Amino acid sequence: MLMNYMVLEIPARSENESFARVTVAAFAARLDPTLEELNELKTAVSEAVTNCILHAYHSDGEGVVRIRAVVEDKKMVVEIHDEGKGIEDIARAREPLYTDKPELERSGMGFTIMENFMDEVSVHSSPGRGTVIKMSKLFSGTVNKNSH
Amino acid sequence: MRVQVVRKKNSLIARLKGELDHHTAALFREAVDRELKKESVQNLVLNLQNLTFMDSSGIGAILGRYNRVKEKGGRVVICGCSKHVKKLLQLGGLLKIIPVYSDESSAVAEIMSKS
Ligand SMILES: Nc1ncnc2c1ncn2[C@@H]1O[C@H](COP(=O)(O)OP(=O)(O)O)[C@@H](O)[C@H]1O
Ligand SMILES: [Mg+2]
Repeated sequence: MLMNYMVLEIPARSENESFARVTVAAFAARLDPTLEELNELKTAVSEAVTNCILHAYHSDGEGVVRIRAVVEDKKMVVEIHDEGKGIEDIARAREPLYTDKPELERSGMGFTIMENFMDEVSVHSSPGRGTVIKMSKLFSGTVNKNSH
Repeated sequence: MRVQVVRKKNSLIARLKGELDHHTAALFREAVDRELKKESVQNLVLNLQNLTFMDSSGIGAILGRYNRVKEKGGRVVICGCSKHVKKLLQLGGLLKIIPVYSDESSAVAEIMSKS
């Protein structure tokens, strides 16, 4: 399959979490993913988008979340971008169970889930400027290269 | 997300329908905690059969209810979870502290037999 991409920009509001993950999953449908792979992708995207909404900005709806997904052959690369407060200590943020908002019943499992459900996860962040999460996943489906 | 709560003696059955994420977790929390405030409610059965999506916000929300019930000296059991939800519960360490049953009637039977 030729390279194809999508870009989505939404206000960082919690009501958009569902829309964001469903949209990326719909775009991945052309890779003929299994139901399990689709659930994994949806969940990882949900984690990254929720983090922008909950952690990057001070209040719900304050900023913008940008999502870019690229597919080529059986692989999807998805980037989730915010212009919020950034992450000071990325290694600590990625530790299982680490959260700076335990009072909000956060489990601190967001990054662990992204790492478990995607093949690669990288985090680029500058404090005060924002964060980009880049994740990739290879789908097992048999994509018909002659179609469209 | 919709939460249906049913009382059975000293146990509360909460049936979740739809998507449990950061946006909907508050609804789940409020619906269950309203009932857990009542002194006569001891145990909690979470029926996840009609849950179509869950992420780590769901782990946090379930753990929060677990802690409430523990404070009251009660027990929590889960039933009807999909393979995907079970994986999430496992990653979040919940399978080590909350028993999982395949269907609601066996979960209720279990909790009734021990209370
Ligand atoms: N986009 C982001 N902007 C700022 N901080 C973030 C962002 N994403 C994650 N973090 C930080 O990393 C921590 C761990 O994230 P995560 O594993 O998803 O757990 P949780 O969301 O439950 O806190 C968060 O508590 C927060 O401090
Ligand atoms: Mg998170």
